[in-house]
Amino acid sequence: MAQPSLSDYPLPIPLGAGLRNKMSKSINLLGSSPLRKEGRAKVLGEARYVDDISLPGMWFGATVRSTVARGVIRSITFGEAIDWSQYVVVAASDIPGDNTIVHLTKDHPCLAHKQVNHPEEPILLIAHSDKAALLAAVRSIHIEYDELPGVFTIEESEAAVENNDATRIIWDGSDAGGTANCFKQYTMYSGVAAETEDGLATAFEQADFIVEGEYQTGAQEQLYIENNGVIAECFRDAAGAVESVCVRGSMQCPYYLVHALTLVFNLPPERCRVIQTETGGAFGGKEDFPSVIGSHAALLAMKSRHPVKIVYDRAEDMAATTKRHPSRTRHRTAVSKDGKLLGGTIDFAIDGGAYATLSPVVLSRGTIHAPGPYNWPHLRVRAKAMATNLPPHGAFRGFGAPQSIFGLERHMDKIARVLGLSAEEFRRRNFLTTGDKTATGQVLSEPVDMQHLLTRALGEAGYHEKLARFKEENRTSPIKRGVGFASFMHGAGFTGSGERRLNSVVTLHIMPDGCPQILVSSTEFGQGTNTILCQVAAQTLGVEYDDVVIAQPDTSVVPNSGPTVASRTAMIVGKLVERASQQILDALRTHSALPAAHTAEQFKACAQVYLAGHGSLQTSVRYEPATQIYWDDDLYRGDAYPAYAWAVYVVEVAVDTNTYMATVTRFDALQEVGKVLHPVLARGQVEGGVAQGIGYALYEKCMWKDGRMTNNQMTNYIMPTSADLPPIHVHFEETPSIHGPSGAKGIGELPMDGPAPAILNAIQNATGIAFNTIPLLPEDIFERFTSFQFLGHGGSEELDPATDRDTRVEVPA
Amino acid sequence: MSVIALTINGTRHTVDVPPMKRLLDVLREDLHLTGTKEGCGEGECGACAVLLDGELVNSCLVPALQANGTRLCTIEGISTDGRLHPVQQCFLEEGGAQCGICTPGMILATQHLLDKHPHPTLEQIQEGLAGNLCRCTGYMRIFAAVQAAAARAGR
Repeated sequence: MAQPSLSDYPLPIPLGAGLRNKMSKSINLLGSSPLRKEGRAKVLGEARYVDDISLPGMWFGATVRSTVARGVIRSITFGEAIDWSQYVVVAASDIPGDNTIVHLTKDHPCLAHKQVNHPEEPILLIAHSDKAALLAAVRSIHIEYDELPGVFTIEESEAAVENNDATRIIWDGSDAGGTANCFKQYTMYSGVAAETEDGLATAFEQADFIVEGEYQTGAQEQLYIENNGVIAECFRDAAGAVESVCVRGSMQCPYYLVHALTLVFNLPPERCRVIQTETGGAFGGKEDFPSVIGSHAALLAMKSRHPVKIVYDRAEDMAATTKRHPSRTRHRTAVSKDGKLLGGTIDFAIDGGAYATLSPVVLSRGTIHAPGPYNWPHLRVRAKAMATNLPPHGAFRGFGAPQSIFGLERHMDKIARVLGLSAEEFRRRNFLTTGDKTATGQVLSEPVDMQHLLTRALGEAGYHEKLARFKEENRTSPIKRGVGFASFMHGAGFTGSGERRLNSVVTLHIMPDGCPQILVSSTEFGQGTNTILCQVAAQTLGVEYDDVVIAQPDTSVVPNSGPTVASRTAMIVGKLVERASQQILDALRTHSALPAAHTAEQFKACAQVYLAGHGSLQTSVRYEPATQIYWDDDLYRGDAYPAYAWAVYVVEVAVDTNTYMATVTRFDALQEVGKVLHPVLARGQVEGGVAQGIGYALYEKCMWKDGRMTNNQMTNYIMPTSADLPPIHVHFEETPSIHGPSGAKGIGELPMDGPAPAILNAIQNATGIAFNTIPLLPEDIFERFTSFQFLGHGGSEELDPATDRDTRVEVPA
Repeated sequence: MSVIALTINGTRHTVDVPPMKRLLDVLREDLHLTGTKEGCGEGECGACAVLLDGELVNSCLVPALQANGTRLCTIEGISTDGRLHPVQQCFLEEGGAQCGICTPGMILATQHLLDKHPHPTLEQIQEGLAGNLCRCTGYMRIFAAVQAAAARAGR
């Protein structure tokens, strides 16, 4: 196999002209690539992450965790070799407020009290002035349990319900909006429920083929290189009562932690201050989890009367914190022989772990993305999040969508095969286009052109030429090569009425020197929040990029611009920054005679004149949808997202029939994301997401034993290294949306959705074998190659149980 | 406790530490050089990489005792008088740093690579950086940064 050379990699990429130096007014700042705002501090090693910070008198904290998956705590014994007078120990009984980590429900305890429901569940917290004194103390605490039976997979959890096995009903749900062992269920219909059911019945009757398939995805660790960590302080009034708490640390959503602290400490929000420190990667792994570690450190600070730092080591972070939800998707699809989707049912299930945490919303995004960019005349999606005795699964880039899109895009390839159509042609006959209605009934009023995206992506990748060439070469080569693709969409912003409920606020403040400062709770964790928001403000205000400052997210200073999740920052928060900037500009034009066309110097001079006359210049703007967006939570229908990004990803693979290793040898990622605000950052987002997607498909496997992760080390949980990745070619189409600043839409999660199904589609093209489960490791390929006769040609035209054991085809009479 | 003497970024330091204390902790805790990061603590991720007598090592795997009498270069020693080194400048310009936590180690690995191979091939870049994990970039912008730094040094 020819190795790629340096010239195969898309290097280097052009930067925005002139932006390495000073910008001039004539340059359009949006769409250029100024230097990352905090980039200089990062390359110098001067950026201060939480573990680089030390407060006077600071102690260190550690967590005592359950060693069993499910059981009642019988006794706790403190080792006699330890001088416990030097330590502070916190138990559930020390919590001044509610013993809960609030997300959507209150079922998740801050510290286990009587019962544990997953391995690594926190039971006690300890602190000491010397970090080195913690490990021996944690190990000396002996906890005995009366163990209870656990459930560790979606199937075991379902079986307990079906069999009415009370001993394995591990989550009650009655007071948290669920049912036994089930955190949440949705049924989503493409129309009025009863009419859709009738339509489905007819579709399955009239179908030329009915194709069924089952697809599974595994858990995935976010594997940010900086582990979870925080430093907490607790302040008391003159009488010694707790007056306020302050937590700083690595996180995505400072106001989520504020909310959690208000319950744990029974304090009003203004007395729960949260400060985000430089954050070394997050990917969703620092969305909900900082509420746990932040509350823990604050409790230790309260009891020890010292600031307390907790920073997990890698093993603890991997074993105890959230991961991507494992999933199972079942498709049953009615198609006509001319390649039209007539109707379908999708049953989507995710494993939520032991507590509800964010599972209902992950499930929601997975449900809404399950139908993909296709026209379904009749569709029913039933979805459920099941409880298991694993540590709670949580947010991870894509948030449910990569799971359901994996199932759909594998299934689309299978249906095409049944019909004898190409994967391309079958999709072309069913794509959504401008003016069509999505499966939730949303009219696509902004332009959508999947046909063009597919044409361009296949062209960029040389897909057709390779399809023919590999088929020929594979006859004689032990390396089987193939190409495959996935076409998909990803909604930007919170789902449904979510943005209206978030009600985000952005503040723009003019500093004494006339320079603008952005105040938001939106956080930077590598993706470029600081840079793009400053670009938007500079562009709108007509000042230099270097003039704009963004405040450190500190909830005592910044308003709540919402969580930094859901591909919402560029579009939603960016739009708010744009609106706030326009208001400042209007004020200066009206009151300080700022000319319509102005230089940056004129802006600052006018702003200083305004400040001299009025004292201060600051504006806050609140979210308002650009158009009427209506979502019905009960019917689960309506405008699911303000806007969507659309994409086609094309993959080339090589499967070595000696080592059974599948390798991605080239990747082409084409996406329509509206205006690209910063080409270098945008490419970086796509390349990084694709790399995580390749890891999701081919490398990263969480090994579980009785609910405990057994490969919680970078040594044996393998993420792609620089030597593993192919050239990733990133292509953009820009169709501006009215919802974002200068037409920008969301981009962060999208690149996680496409790689896994595209890779497995390419592997089927290479080997003729349908793999329907990820991660797909060499041992999985080995097992299929050796248990069935290898077909030895590039792709079979019909379903054969030897090549596809998970798919069933019916031909109704 | 052992007295360890070593030269870091051209300055001589003496510390009195347990002999098996990790060099990473000596740097971060005793000498307050926090630019060197901990990612995994087991030599897999390279976030703690430093140059020890010119060799690229993971400082989480080096006991303090073994650093006695050596010359170390850490991220704090790469720039001069606040001016970015060309490698740092290229990481900044090409998008080679996103969250930044792997960046110090990545820059030291790049420095080491370019010392050995001033005009590296793709394979040499991939191999030279294979001990440094980055979860943000997918490495493409890092390759671009290394290539740009090599080109700049060659001018």
